[in-house]
Amino acid sequence: MSAATPLPLDAVRSRDEPAAHRRLRALLEQGMPLTPRPWQTLAEQAGMAEEQVMACVRRWQAEGMIKRLGLVVRHRRLGIQANAMMVWDVPDEQVEEIGRRLAQEAAVTLCYRRPRRLPEWPYNLFCMIHGARRERVLAELAMIVERLDLGELEHRVLFSTHAYRQCGGRYVGEGAI
Amino acid sequence: MHCHPRDFDSLDRGLIDIYQRGLPVCNRPFLSVAERLGTSETEVIARLERLLSLGVLSRVGPVFDHARAGASLLAAVAVPEETRDAFAELINAAPGVNHNYAREHDYNLWFVMTAPDEPELEARLDALEARLGVPMLRLPMLEGYHIDLSFPIPWAELECT
Repeated sequence: MSAATPLPLDAVRSRDEPAAHRRLRALLEQGMPLTPRPWQTLAEQAGMAEEQVMACVRRWQAEGMIKRLGLVVRHRRLGIQANAMMVWDVPDEQVEEIGRRLAQEAAVTLCYRRPRRLPEWPYNLFCMIHGARRERVLAELAMIVERLDLGELEHRVLFSTHAYRQCGGRYVGEGAI
Repeated sequence: MHCHPRDFDSLDRGLIDIYQRGLPVCNRPFLSVAERLGTSETEVIARLERLLSLGVLSRVGPVFDHARAGASLLAAVAVPEETRDAFAELINAAPGVNHNYAREHDYNLWFVMTAPDEPELEARLDALEARLGVPMLRLPMLEGYHIDLSFPIPWAELECT
Protein backbone atom coordinates (compact mmCIF):
# COMPACT_ATOMS: atom_id res chain seq x y z
CA MET A 1 0.00 0.00 0.00
CA SER A 2 1.58 3.26 -1.03
CA ALA A 3 0.51 6.55 0.44
CA ALA A 4 0.56 8.23 -2.95
CA THR A 5 -2.05 6.03 -4.61
CA PRO A 6 -5.60 6.34 -3.29
CA LEU A 7 -6.93 2.89 -2.58
CA PRO A 8 -10.11 1.64 -4.18
CA LEU A 9 -12.84 1.55 -1.57
CA ASP A 10 -12.91 -2.23 -1.34
CA ALA A 11 -9.21 -2.42 -0.57
CA VAL A 12 -9.60 -0.47 2.66
CA ARG A 13 -12.51 -2.59 3.86
CA SER A 14 -11.98 -4.88 6.78
CA ARG A 15 -11.33 -8.19 5.07
CA ASP A 16 -8.25 -7.00 3.16
CA GLU A 17 -6.68 -5.02 5.94
CA PRO A 18 -3.66 -6.23 7.85
CA ALA A 19 -4.70 -7.37 11.30
CA ALA A 20 -2.69 -4.72 13.17
CA HIS A 21 -4.29 -1.92 11.12
CA ARG A 22 -7.72 -3.32 11.85
CA ARG A 23 -6.96 -3.42 15.54
CA LEU A 24 -5.71 0.15 15.38
CA ARG A 25 -8.85 1.32 13.63
CA ALA A 26 -11.08 -0.47 16.13
CA LEU A 27 -9.15 1.20 18.96
CA LEU A 28 -9.32 4.62 17.28
CA GLU A 29 -13.08 4.35 16.81
CA GLN A 30 -13.32 4.35 20.60
CA GLY A 31 -11.18 7.45 20.84
CA MET A 32 -7.55 8.19 21.54
CA PRO A 33 -6.16 7.45 24.99
CA LEU A 34 -5.59 10.70 26.90
CA THR A 35 -1.95 10.03 27.71
CA PRO A 36 1.02 12.31 26.96
CA ARG A 37 2.00 9.97 24.12
CA PRO A 38 -1.33 8.63 22.86
CA TRP A 39 0.13 7.12 19.67
CA GLN A 40 2.64 5.18 21.73
CA THR A 41 -0.17 3.89 23.97
CA LEU A 42 -2.16 2.85 20.90
CA ALA A 43 0.91 1.28 19.36
CA GLU A 44 1.35 -0.94 22.39
CA GLN A 45 -2.31 -1.99 22.24
CA ALA A 46 -2.29 -2.64 18.50
CA GLY A 47 1.08 -4.38 18.36
CA MET A 48 2.74 -1.71 16.25
CA ALA A 49 5.45 0.91 16.67
CA GLU A 50 4.52 4.52 17.53
CA GLU A 51 5.93 5.78 14.22
CA GLN A 52 3.88 3.18 12.32
CA VAL A 53 0.71 4.26 14.09
CA MET A 54 1.35 7.92 13.23
CA ALA A 55 2.17 7.02 9.62
CA CYS A 56 -1.04 5.01 9.40
CA VAL A 57 -3.16 7.84 10.78
CA ARG A 58 -1.52 10.35 8.41
CA ARG A 59 -2.13 8.07 5.46
CA TRP A 60 -5.79 7.57 6.41
CA GLN A 61 -6.10 11.36 6.64
CA ALA A 62 -4.49 11.83 3.21
CA GLU A 63 -6.76 9.19 1.68
CA GLY A 64 -9.83 10.80 3.19
CA MET A 65 -10.76 7.81 5.29
CA ILE A 66 -10.25 10.02 8.35
CA LYS A 67 -12.24 13.21 7.78
CA ARG A 68 -11.08 15.04 10.87
CA LEU A 69 -9.12 14.41 14.02
CA GLY A 70 -10.02 16.11 17.26
CA LEU A 71 -12.74 16.62 19.84
CA VAL A 72 -16.02 14.94 18.95
CA VAL A 73 -18.67 17.11 20.59
CA ARG A 74 -22.04 15.89 21.85
CA HIS A 75 -24.02 18.95 20.92
CA ARG A 76 -27.02 18.08 23.04
CA ARG A 77 -24.96 18.12 26.19
CA LEU A 78 -23.96 21.69 25.37
CA GLY A 79 -27.58 22.70 24.99
CA ILE A 80 -27.73 22.52 21.21
CA GLN A 81 -30.96 20.63 21.43
CA ALA A 82 -32.89 21.65 18.36
CA ASN A 83 -31.70 19.25 15.74
CA ALA A 84 -33.85 19.62 12.68
CA MET A 85 -33.79 17.28 9.74
CA MET A 86 -35.17 18.98 6.67
CA VAL A 87 -36.35 16.79 3.83
CA TRP A 88 -37.12 18.06 0.35
CA ASP A 89 -38.76 16.62 -2.74
CA VAL A 90 -36.56 18.03 -5.49
CA PRO A 91 -36.92 17.18 -9.20
CA ASP A 92 -34.09 14.77 -10.01
CA GLU A 93 -32.50 17.10 -12.53
CA GLN A 94 -32.15 19.85 -9.90
CA VAL A 95 -31.17 17.85 -6.86
CA GLU A 96 -27.42 18.12 -7.31
CA GLU A 97 -27.43 21.87 -7.81
CA ILE A 98 -29.78 22.54 -4.91
CA GLY A 99 -27.85 20.11 -2.70
CA ARG A 100 -24.64 21.99 -3.38
CA ARG A 101 -26.26 25.37 -2.71
CA LEU A 102 -27.80 24.18 0.55
CA ALA A 103 -24.45 22.73 1.60
CA GLN A 104 -22.88 26.17 1.30
CA GLU A 105 -25.28 27.68 3.82
CA ALA A 106 -23.43 28.25 7.09
CA ALA A 107 -26.33 26.87 9.15
CA VAL A 108 -26.46 23.58 7.25
CA THR A 109 -24.31 20.98 8.97
CA LEU A 110 -25.13 17.95 6.82
CA CYS A 111 -26.63 17.64 3.35
CA TYR A 112 -27.23 14.39 1.44
CA ARG A 113 -29.16 12.95 -1.46
CA ARG A 114 -31.08 9.78 -0.64
CA PRO A 115 -33.54 7.66 -2.62
CA ARG A 116 -37.29 8.26 -2.53
CA ARG A 117 -39.36 5.33 -1.30
CA LEU A 118 -42.72 5.86 -2.94
CA PRO A 119 -45.46 6.05 -1.95
CA GLU A 120 -44.42 6.33 1.71
CA TRP A 121 -41.47 8.65 1.31
CA PRO A 122 -41.28 11.22 -1.49
CA TYR A 123 -38.23 13.15 -0.26
CA ASN A 124 -34.83 12.84 -1.92
CA LEU A 125 -32.73 15.61 -0.36
CA PHE A 126 -31.87 15.82 3.33
CA CYS A 127 -30.15 18.51 5.33
CA MET A 128 -29.63 19.22 9.01
CA ILE A 129 -29.60 22.43 10.99
CA HIS A 130 -28.53 22.41 14.63
CA GLY A 131 -29.35 25.19 17.05
CA ALA A 132 -30.10 26.00 20.66
CA ARG A 133 -33.75 26.76 20.03
CA ARG A 134 -36.46 25.63 17.68
CA GLU A 135 -37.56 29.17 16.73
CA ARG A 136 -34.01 30.01 15.79
CA VAL A 137 -33.68 26.93 13.57
CA LEU A 138 -37.03 27.65 11.91
CA ALA A 139 -35.99 31.26 11.30
CA GLU A 140 -32.75 30.04 9.70
CA LEU A 141 -34.72 27.68 7.52
CA ALA A 142 -37.11 30.43 6.43
CA MET A 143 -34.16 32.62 5.44
CA ILE A 144 -32.58 29.80 3.47
CA VAL A 145 -35.83 29.04 1.64
CA GLU A 146 -36.11 32.66 0.67
CA ARG A 147 -32.46 33.18 -0.25
CA LEU A 148 -32.28 30.06 -2.42
CA ASP A 149 -35.82 30.53 -3.74
CA LEU A 150 -36.97 27.09 -2.61
CA GLY A 151 -40.52 28.09 -1.65
CA GLU A 152 -42.07 25.94 -4.37
CA LEU A 153 -40.42 22.74 -3.22
CA GLU A 154 -42.37 20.33 -1.05
CA HIS A 155 -40.49 20.01 2.23
CA ARG A 156 -40.89 18.94 5.84
CA VAL A 157 -39.01 19.68 9.04
CA LEU A 158 -38.51 16.78 11.43
CA PHE A 159 -37.25 18.04 14.78
CA SER A 160 -35.76 15.44 17.05
CA THR A 161 -37.59 15.10 20.34
CA HIS A 162 -35.32 12.58 22.04
CA ALA A 163 -31.88 11.05 21.48
CA TYR A 164 -31.91 7.37 22.37
CA ARG A 165 -28.35 7.02 21.15
CA GLN A 166 -25.72 9.34 19.75
CA CYS A 167 -22.22 7.99 19.29
CA GLY A 168 -19.47 7.53 16.77
CA GLY A 169 -19.36 4.87 14.09
CA ARG A 170 -18.11 1.42 14.99
CA TYR A 171 -17.34 -0.04 11.61
CA VAL A 172 -14.74 -2.61 12.46
CA GLY A 173 -16.20 -5.93 13.59
CA GLU A 174 -16.59 -6.45 17.31
CA GLY A 175 -14.03 -9.25 17.31
CA ALA A 176 -11.34 -6.94 16.00
CA ILE A 177 -9.89 -5.80 19.29
CA MET B 1 -30.23 17.50 31.00
CA HIS B 2 -27.53 19.55 29.42
CA CYS B 3 -24.61 21.49 30.85
CA HIS B 4 -24.67 25.26 31.20
CA PRO B 5 -22.13 27.37 29.27
CA ARG B 6 -20.97 28.84 32.60
CA ASP B 7 -19.48 25.40 33.35
CA PHE B 8 -16.94 26.03 30.61
CA ASP B 9 -14.21 28.63 30.92
CA SER B 10 -12.15 30.10 28.13
CA LEU B 11 -9.75 27.16 28.09
CA ASP B 12 -12.59 24.63 27.68
CA ARG B 13 -14.14 26.77 24.99
CA GLY B 14 -10.80 27.24 23.26
CA LEU B 15 -10.30 23.48 23.14
CA ILE B 16 -13.78 22.96 21.72
CA ASP B 17 -13.61 25.88 19.27
CA ILE B 18 -10.14 25.14 17.89
CA TYR B 19 -9.70 21.39 18.11
CA GLN B 20 -12.80 19.78 16.65
CA ARG B 21 -10.37 19.23 13.81
CA GLY B 22 -6.66 19.56 13.24
CA LEU B 23 -5.36 17.79 16.32
CA PRO B 24 -1.71 17.37 15.29
CA VAL B 25 -0.34 13.91 14.57
CA CYS B 26 2.92 14.29 16.48
CA ASN B 27 4.47 12.45 19.44
CA ARG B 28 3.01 14.81 22.04
CA PRO B 29 -0.21 16.18 20.51
CA PHE B 30 -1.59 17.47 23.82
CA LEU B 31 1.64 19.32 24.50
CA SER B 32 1.32 21.01 21.13
CA VAL B 33 -2.29 21.95 21.98
CA ALA B 34 -1.17 23.24 25.40
CA GLU B 35 1.50 25.47 23.85
CA ARG B 36 -1.01 27.02 21.48
CA LEU B 37 -3.52 27.66 24.28
CA GLY B 38 -0.90 28.88 26.76
CA THR B 39 -1.28 26.11 29.31
CA SER B 40 0.33 22.81 30.28
CA GLU B 41 -0.02 19.36 28.76
CA THR B 42 -1.29 18.03 32.10
CA GLU B 43 -3.98 20.72 32.18
CA VAL B 44 -5.10 19.95 28.62
CA ILE B 45 -5.41 16.26 29.42
CA ALA B 46 -7.30 17.02 32.64
CA ARG B 47 -9.72 19.31 30.77
CA LEU B 48 -10.35 16.72 28.07
CA GLU B 49 -10.98 14.08 30.73
CA ARG B 50 -13.49 16.38 32.42
CA LEU B 51 -15.29 17.17 29.16
CA LEU B 52 -15.49 13.44 28.45
CA SER B 53 -16.83 12.65 31.91
CA LEU B 54 -19.46 15.40 31.57
CA GLY B 55 -20.53 13.81 28.29
CA VAL B 56 -19.79 16.99 26.34
CA LEU B 57 -17.34 14.98 24.25
CA SER B 58 -18.06 11.49 23.04
CA ARG B 59 -14.37 10.99 22.35
CA VAL B 60 -11.15 12.59 21.21
CA GLY B 61 -9.96 11.05 18.00
CA PRO B 62 -10.68 10.53 14.34
CA VAL B 63 -14.01 10.78 12.57
CA PHE B 64 -13.99 8.18 9.82
CA ASP B 65 -15.63 8.64 6.46
CA HIS B 66 -18.74 6.45 6.54
CA ALA B 67 -18.44 5.41 2.92
CA ARG B 68 -14.79 4.42 3.21
CA ALA B 69 -14.63 3.08 6.73
CA GLY B 70 -17.47 0.60 6.30
CA ALA B 71 -21.13 0.49 5.47
CA SER B 72 -23.87 2.56 7.06
CA LEU B 73 -27.47 3.41 6.39
CA LEU B 74 -30.15 5.75 7.71
CA ALA B 75 -33.38 3.94 8.47
CA ALA B 76 -36.74 4.89 9.93
CA VAL B 77 -39.78 3.13 11.31
CA ALA B 78 -43.27 4.33 12.15
CA VAL B 79 -44.39 2.98 15.53
CA PRO B 80 -47.19 3.91 17.94
CA GLU B 81 -46.04 6.84 20.12
CA GLU B 82 -47.06 5.06 23.33
CA THR B 83 -44.72 2.12 22.61
CA ARG B 84 -41.96 4.19 21.04
CA ASP B 85 -39.53 3.74 23.95
CA ALA B 86 -39.81 -0.03 23.75
CA PHE B 87 -39.11 0.00 20.01
CA ALA B 88 -36.19 2.36 20.55
CA GLU B 89 -34.76 -0.06 23.09
CA LEU B 90 -34.94 -2.94 20.59
CA ILE B 91 -33.19 -0.76 18.02
CA ASN B 92 -30.45 0.21 20.48
CA ALA B 93 -29.94 -3.45 21.35
CA ALA B 94 -29.20 -4.35 17.72
CA PRO B 95 -25.51 -4.54 16.81
CA GLY B 96 -24.17 -1.56 14.85
CA VAL B 97 -26.74 1.13 15.73
CA ASN B 98 -24.87 4.35 16.44
CA HIS B 99 -27.59 7.01 16.26
CA ASN B 100 -31.20 6.66 17.25
CA TYR B 101 -33.56 9.64 17.51
CA ALA B 102 -37.24 10.23 17.99
CA ARG B 103 -38.53 12.74 15.44
CA GLU B 104 -41.80 14.54 14.86
CA HIS B 105 -43.29 12.57 11.99
CA ASP B 106 -45.29 9.38 11.34
CA TYR B 107 -41.86 7.87 10.86
CA ASN B 108 -40.99 8.66 14.44
CA LEU B 109 -37.80 6.65 15.04
CA TRP B 110 -34.73 7.40 12.94
CA PHE B 111 -31.50 5.51 13.35
CA VAL B 112 -28.20 4.82 11.66
CA MET B 113 -27.06 1.23 11.29
CA THR B 114 -23.37 0.54 10.65
CA ALA B 115 -21.47 -2.62 9.72
CA PRO B 116 -18.02 -3.62 8.47
CA ASP B 117 -19.37 -4.21 4.94
CA GLU B 118 -22.55 -4.12 2.83
CA PRO B 119 -23.63 -7.79 3.19
CA GLU B 120 -23.31 -7.57 6.98
CA LEU B 121 -25.22 -4.27 6.97
CA GLU B 122 -28.08 -5.86 5.05
CA ALA B 123 -28.10 -8.86 7.37
CA ARG B 124 -28.25 -6.60 10.43
CA LEU B 125 -31.09 -4.54 8.95
CA ASP B 126 -33.06 -7.64 7.96
CA ALA B 127 -32.65 -9.12 11.43
CA LEU B 128 -33.75 -5.91 13.11
CA GLU B 129 -36.70 -5.43 10.78
CA ALA B 130 -37.90 -8.96 11.59
CA ARG B 131 -37.45 -8.27 15.30
CA LEU B 132 -39.41 -5.01 15.17
CA GLY B 133 -42.17 -6.46 13.02
CA VAL B 134 -42.78 -3.17 11.18
CA PRO B 135 -41.59 -2.15 7.70
CA MET B 136 -38.34 -0.23 7.70
CA LEU B 137 -37.63 2.72 5.47
CA ARG B 138 -34.07 2.25 4.18
CA LEU B 139 -32.45 5.43 2.95
CA PRO B 140 -28.83 4.92 1.89
CA MET B 141 -26.79 8.02 1.17
CA LEU B 142 -26.49 8.43 -2.61
CA GLU B 143 -24.39 11.56 -2.50
CA GLY B 144 -23.02 13.77 0.27
CA TYR B 145 -22.85 17.49 -0.47
CA HIS B 146 -21.67 18.44 2.99
CA ILE B 147 -20.92 16.19 5.92
CA ASP B 148 -19.27 17.93 8.80
CA LEU B 149 -20.56 18.21 12.33
CA SER B 150 -17.61 20.27 13.56
CA PHE B 151 -19.58 23.49 13.37
CA PRO B 152 -18.83 26.47 15.64
CA ILE B 153 -20.56 26.33 19.01
CA PRO B 154 -22.89 29.35 19.43
CA TRP B 155 -21.74 30.11 22.99
CA ALA B 156 -23.52 33.47 23.16
CA GLU B 157 -26.82 31.98 22.07
CA LEU B 158 -26.43 29.17 24.60
CA GLU B 159 -25.81 31.67 27.42
CA CYS B 160 -29.37 32.93 26.97
CA THR B 161 -31.12 29.57 27.21
